Amino acid sequence: MSADIAAPRSQRLDPKYVRARKSRGSFEMIAWLFMRLSGVALIVLIFGHLFANLMLGEGITGIDFGFVAGKWADPVWMFWDLAMLWLAMLHGTNGVRTIINDYAEKPATRVWLKGILYVATIVIVVLGTLVIFTFDPCIPGSTLSVCQ
Amino acid sequence: MSKASSGTLYRGHEGMWSWVGHRVTGVVIFLFLLVHVLDTSLVRVSPGAYDAVMSTYKNPLMALGETALVAAIVFHAFNGLRLILVDFWKSGTKYHRQMLWGVLALWVITMVAFSIRHLSIAFGGH
Repeated sequence: MSADIAAPRSQRLDPKYVRARKSRGSFEMIAWLFMRLSGVALIVLIFGHLFANLMLGEGITGIDFGFVAGKWADPVWMFWDLAMLWLAMLHGTNGVRTIINDYAEKPATRVWLKGILYVATIVIVVLGTLVIFTFDPCIPGSTLSVCQ
Repeated sequence: MSKASSGTLYRGHEGMWSWVGHRVTGVVIFLFLLVHVLDTSLVRVSPGAYDAVMSTYKNPLMALGETALVAAIVFHAFNGLRLILVDFWKSGTKYHRQMLWGVLALWVITMVAFSIRHLSIAFGGH
């Protein structure tokens, strides 16, 4: 008399052992690819930002309200700073999300930390975007050339 | 080092330390980024408020902090390019150690050049 033993992995697993069930689609792969693509773009954007602001002209001693007004009078620098803001915030947020996933083990801790992270990201990105687009260099009594 | 942790390809070697360096510099840069967007947002409050906060960045002690921040950014940037080569170049995993020494060499060269310019400006020697 022979016992009937099913072949291993023949669709008789308890659902809690099926790892693919928790699949999040391609989100993690897209996040991985985004880190590499945004990373390359950020090297150009941030090195350009540091070179223009700290290496050229008077360097850090030349940075004041008039310096910002002069840069944002040029749409190229507005777009540069906008792209830098969005890409750096998304790149950094995804990096910190990875770190939270690695070190926070309790589900409630992970939810709270990521919640705080996402709220901070949205606040900073919205604030920065509004500042770039609503910036007005012409305060009353301004001596800046663009306001004459 | 405990016996259990010796003899692996990863732990305690170039792969692990570059990963630690990438994480630490990444977190430092992200925290500064949050502060930097907030300080720049002061241009929307008043020119005086913005200029007052910018003057704190011109303190020589802060210039040392800025140099450390740029050192973190430059390491993260060059090591990030190394990670991309490890992922996409077919010989990337074979030469990841040599590439780390290349990253560190480029990092030193870049930081020497940056520090000379930035610190001479910040310390008033230009």
